[in-house]
Amino acid sequence: MSLLTVTDLQVSYGGIEALKGISFTVEAGQIVTLIGANGAGKSTTLRAISGLVPIKAGGITFDGREITSLVTSSIVEEGIVMVPEGRRVFPNLTVLENLRIGAYLRKDQAEINNSIEYVYERFPRLQERHWQLAGTLSGGEQQMLAVGRALMARPRLIMMDEPSLGLAPLVVKDIFQIIQRLREEGITILLIEQNANAALHAADYGYVLETGRITMEDTGAALLNNQKVRDAYLGQARKRKTRAAPVPEA
Amino acid sequence: MNNFISANLPYLLAGISVGGQYALIAIGYTMVYGILRLINFAHGDIFTVAAYLMVYMNATMPLYISLPMTIILTVLLGFGVERVAYKPLRQAPRMSIMISAIGVSYLLQNLMWYVTGGLAQQYPTIPFISNTVRIFGATTKIVTLITPVLTLVLVMMLSLLIHRTKIGLAMRAVSRDFETSRLMGIKINNVISVTFIIGSFLAAIGSMLYFSNYTAVTPTAGAMPGLKAFVAAVFGGIGSIPGAVIGAFIIGICENIIKALGLTTFSDAFTFALLIIVLVFKPTGLFGEAVYEKV
Repeated sequence: MSLLTVTDLQVSYGGIEALKGISFTVEAGQIVTLIGANGAGKSTTLRAISGLVPIKAGGITFDGREITSLVTSSIVEEGIVMVPEGRRVFPNLTVLENLRIGAYLRKDQAEINNSIEYVYERFPRLQERHWQLAGTLSGGEQQMLAVGRALMARPRLIMMDEPSLGLAPLVVKDIFQIIQRLREEGITILLIEQNANAALHAADYGYVLETGRITMEDTGAALLNNQKVRDAYLGQARKRKTRAAPVPEA
Repeated sequence: MNNFISANLPYLLAGISVGGQYALIAIGYTMVYGILRLINFAHGDIFTVAAYLMVYMNATMPLYISLPMTIILTVLLGFGVERVAYKPLRQAPRMSIMISAIGVSYLLQNLMWYVTGGLAQQYPTIPFISNTVRIFGATTKIVTLITPVLTLVLVMMLSLLIHRTKIGLAMRAVSRDFETSRLMGIKINNVISVTFIIGSFLAAIGSMLYFSNYTAVTPTAGAMPGLKAFVAAVFGGIGSIPGAVIGAFIIGICENIIKALGLTTFSDAFTFALLIIVLVFKPTGLFGEAVYEKV
């Protein structure tokens, strides 16, 4: 059984149908990505799963439980956390406080301290800067903090909204390494990205979203080689096609 | 020299004391603004309602019941106003909720006119704090001496709550980012309710201290201290609790220095002139919200 099953999900904002009935599944232990252009409905999908936007029709089940009508705090309690677009760390809180607030719903104080150690092991930079206000961190550090904050909830599914947005290429590489490592630790990841190339390289499975509908789905590797995907979302592929000598895949 | 002290000390003490009372009201303004970006126009009226509650409760009940009951009912009123008049407008434009606040303000004021018939009611004497004492040859009420101490104790407790507890952490998070706070599992509405509860609690205490200096309560008696407290919050930098407290003490002391100089007529004008000056030259106030985000 899939960890997350979305069935015929429809969402409207003020008369505009953002999602026109999409269905997809996320298998436990996998990295699944939704790719698509700006405005295709990627963020809306994550926001609907988190309970931030009202759902017009359709259903969402998580680990066999119906979560469609739950409020955001209950969805977090179920084990779904989101790393929002633009990181959204709390700039007026310290790094440590940002981590603590990630564990807001947890009651096990001793275990929370272990989780903080766990996050520090993965992101030593956060430990070095634990007393700093999060607003003073660099973009890459903020992204690490946002991921660390999400881990503090001990999630089973992390949803990441454009984690590479606005980061330097080297930092983007780091972020994708972090995503791979989380998967190795057994955390399931639903990733949305405009950087389709990096996302598909990382993903086990991918869906292509176009103006509120899913138009294609396949394994990450297969989508990477799909001509339509290459033309529409992997800008570099087109350049390669026009050149005489093909550039080897990264 | 002794004459100078005994002549002027009462003004200074009164200034510090009134400053403390303004501070207790100003915290309610500034905290609500910090979280909802709303100027809660009804706050000054809640302060006045607290005075009437004290009047009516004390008429039928002993002080040890009427005093805590006044605090509890004032807190319930603040909580109820938020639930009924502000919560349904969470998604509405900010102007709507502000108009709703003005509506609540008029509603409370007119309810007070209706219930009291507009007659001034005698404010009960709270034993001990209404007694007079002599210090350095000056005569003053004990409440004047207690107010700044009590204010500072309450402010310190509030500061501990905000910086050392989980609900305080949630309040700081919510004041910055509603949506991300929800993603942390924080129930925004509960945090907002706690904010109104704290604000009303402090206003109730402030009301007792303030009206103990006066003999009577009228439905508009709270309007002026409410406005002054609002000016204090703006002066200190609205959204900042230390700002509101410091602003309130400065305004309270300055007003009374002006009175000591024999310019009593201008003491109110001073406060509002200060508001204009602050708004023109430093709209963010003394401790206005610093911006941490990198651009």
